[in-house]
Amino acid sequence: MKAKHLILSAVLITALVSCNNEATEEVANEAATETTAESTNEDHGQAGVAAVEGEDPNALQLAMSMDDFSTLVVAVKAAGVQDALVNAGPLTVFAPLNTAFDKLPEGTVETLLKPESKADLSFILVNHVAPANYPMKQLKKEAKKGRKLYMASGKYLEVEYKDGKVFVGGTEVLQSVKVSNGWVHVIDDVLVPAE
Amino acid sequence: MKKSIISMFAIAVTTSLMVSCGGPKSKSDRGAIAGNAAEKVYVAPGEHDSHYAFISGGFSGQLAVYGLPSGRLFRVIPVFSQDPEKGYGYSEETKPMLMTSHGLIPWGDSHHPDISQTEGSVDGRWVFINENNTPRIARISLKTFETEEIIEIPNSAGNHSSSFVTENTEYVVAGTRFAVPFPQRDMPISEMKGNFKGALTFIKVDQEHGHMDIAFQLRMPGFNYDLSHPGRGKSHGWFFFSTYNTEESNTLMEVNASQNDKDFIAAINWKKIEEYVANGGGTKIPAKYAHNTWNDDEHTAKTVMEDEVLVIEPSEVPGAIFFLPTAKSPHGCDIDPTGEYIIGNGKLAAQMTIHSFTKMLKAIEDKAFDGDAYGIPIIKFDAVNYGTLDQPGLGPLHTEFDTRGNGYTTFFISSEVVKWNIKDLKIIDRHPVYYSVGHLMIPGGNSRTPDDKYLVAMNKITKDRYLPTGPEVCQSAQLFDISGEKMELLLDFPTIGEPHYAAGIAAEKIEGNTTKIFKLDENTHPYRVTNEAETKVVREGNNVHIYMSMIRSHFSPDNIEGVKVGDKVYFHVTNLEQDYDVPHGISMIGANTSELLIMPGRTTTFTWEPKAVGVWPFYCTDFCSALHQEMQGYVRVSAKGSNTPLKYTLDGDVPGEDEEL
Repeated sequence: MKAKHLILSAVLITALVSCNNEATEEVANEAATETTAESTNEDHGQAGVAAVEGEDPNALQLAMSMDDFSTLVVAVKAAGVQDALVNAGPLTVFAPLNTAFDKLPEGTVETLLKPESKADLSFILVNHVAPANYPMKQLKKEAKKGRKLYMASGKYLEVEYKDGKVFVGGTEVLQSVKVSNGWVHVIDDVLVPAE
Repeated sequence: MKKSIISMFAIAVTTSLMVSCGGPKSKSDRGAIAGNAAEKVYVAPGEHDSHYAFISGGFSGQLAVYGLPSGRLFRVIPVFSQDPEKGYGYSEETKPMLMTSHGLIPWGDSHHPDISQTEGSVDGRWVFINENNTPRIARISLKTFETEEIIEIPNSAGNHSSSFVTENTEYVVAGTRFAVPFPQRDMPISEMKGNFKGALTFIKVDQEHGHMDIAFQLRMPGFNYDLSHPGRGKSHGWFFFSTYNTEESNTLMEVNASQNDKDFIAAINWKKIEEYVANGGGTKIPAKYAHNTWNDDEHTAKTVMEDEVLVIEPSEVPGAIFFLPTAKSPHGCDIDPTGEYIIGNGKLAAQMTIHSFTKMLKAIEDKAFDGDAYGIPIIKFDAVNYGTLDQPGLGPLHTEFDTRGNGYTTFFISSEVVKWNIKDLKIIDRHPVYYSVGHLMIPGGNSRTPDDKYLVAMNKITKDRYLPTGPEVCQSAQLFDISGEKMELLLDFPTIGEPHYAAGIAAEKIEGNTTKIFKLDENTHPYRVTNEAETKVVREGNNVHIYMSMIRSHFSPDNIEGVKVGDKVYFHVTNLEQDYDVPHGISMIGANTSELLIMPGRTTTFTWEPKAVGVWPFYCTDFCSALHQEMQGYVRVSAKGSNTPLKYTLDGDVPGEDEEL
């Protein structure tokens, strides 16, 4: 699935709620298969709970169902933060596309994926997650009221609203998808904390 | 009589010796630790049980759901009693479920759950359960595990021989325990004999939705109808009811109802009566009874007060009703999986009576009768009896079955379960229970196809079996493995209320069908909202209607002003979540009615009549999310007659009016 198809996916996922659309069932099932396969023969975390037919996928299931987030998914698994993306939340996830990771200096991703970088990688990833419910409308409101978003990393993320577009940490929010445990907003930059 | 008392005394002595030998200090009741019992009941963290057990809550009025073999309690389904945990019977939507012809009755006495059947096997669609005190039958959905329907039974009192289903769930029956004037009237109690009657009610079940309707009531002689079971297989089309107090006594029943050596099992050919009714038979008489139904789209119950019922006199349908003499005050009336054996457990008798369905048909054909009772033929004992199980124990109550031709009977007085072979009438094994067992349950044990690995014995008294909790201690269930020749005690577990009876079923017949969420776009509740923009507050005179939403982790609106002392405030709250296992709760300080627990996609209402001015908070009562503690709001209450304007906001904006963003 390509980035430009995200709107379509979002539509399909919405359709899932209302009419059990076949295509979106696939999305959910695919995600479920992958998560269960991963947790064979041992206690799985909440990430292993199978998707429910007719329901929105959660943030992790959504990311896993799209090719454009394959780097993000690999990173989430390497950092071992899957369970943080599936819990009751509410969560707002700013999800970087594969192209966002490509923009990082050469070798950065490889280095972060090394076992010894697990803590750094985890810190960077949770810096993309706000433990709160921020649909697009609320993001605009946050910008308007000059409130910053408190991220799971403990850092604050600035929100701006200009020319009808929402920016977080200086990068534009390209798309929004409602997921069962909150919102996924698509961005094309990795939000690397200053330190 | 004297002789039998002496022999009973001898048995009592033997039994008490046996019990004292097997008391809690000895090893014999510690099978669970001695063998590999622990392994057999251990369900590892994250694993599922193999069976559901629906265990009646007795005087709690509810139905509890346990897993077998672990004995873990999953859920208490509110049925006949208000339940503050879920707001059942308190919320505006659920109050009609508890409505009766006597008004709203906030409690009940639930007794015998029975799972719906298809072709003689439990099918996992519904559980039916009877309320004993104010005669009612409830139907619980095994998709939502919620009570969907309650129908009151008129002309009945002490609805005990209920709520058992026929093998395709054509009918669920309700038999009266008390003989009463039918219909009720003012008359001297002493004139009971011949004037009181016993109603046996057949309720038709709609196969698609499960909806119940009283098809007909049989106006039987004024005996007490204790328990019942349907014929199955070859005897499908018949229903059997045990009776006691054929003496028709109305006082000191413990003596006066025990005078006759034999009472009866009433055999009812319901197919014949059904045909009579289909041809216009019977008489409609006035009767007032409530029929309450729940609607999952409206998320609301409604009560219809019915006003008549079809009554059949036994004499109108000759050849449809017979009495089978059965030893002394039978309690349980159980039919084996083949449908051939009809077992009467004479709770005061030193023997159990086993009748043969084949012999019964022959006796009817041969007119082998021994007179009649109120015109109903009494079949000669020898002409219908297959045999008796002599001296099986003391106080036989109930029998369930395995697929290997064995019956398992509980004995209240001698506190034991006895396994016996029906054909040979031989006792195979006996095992003490702790203490004073009532019913027992084998999953599907009252169907053509028992699932006969486990047996659950339900005990009325536990004394020293658990840590003491003051004068009131728990009642209990005990799990046995019955797959071998000998019964093996595996586990004790405490139950809610009185575990009166139970029904069990393999988990696979239910677990894939359960409802996860209610879809918002199918919600037709008149006060629903489907998104936050629709939330609002509307004043209609002194009534204030709040159309409120909840989602992780806030209410909308969460600031409300303009409510006044003297208002009646309706909180109509919709849970906007569409995610499995994310209910929210709401409670309002000073609300005398209810708190609510609301499942995803559902709308529920409670009312609040503020008594004092101030700013009063409300909050989410179910730990829903990481920001559960932030899920809260305020209502400003002004003095009666004040001119504080009605105002409602979320984050400073009126919901729906910040759309330009």
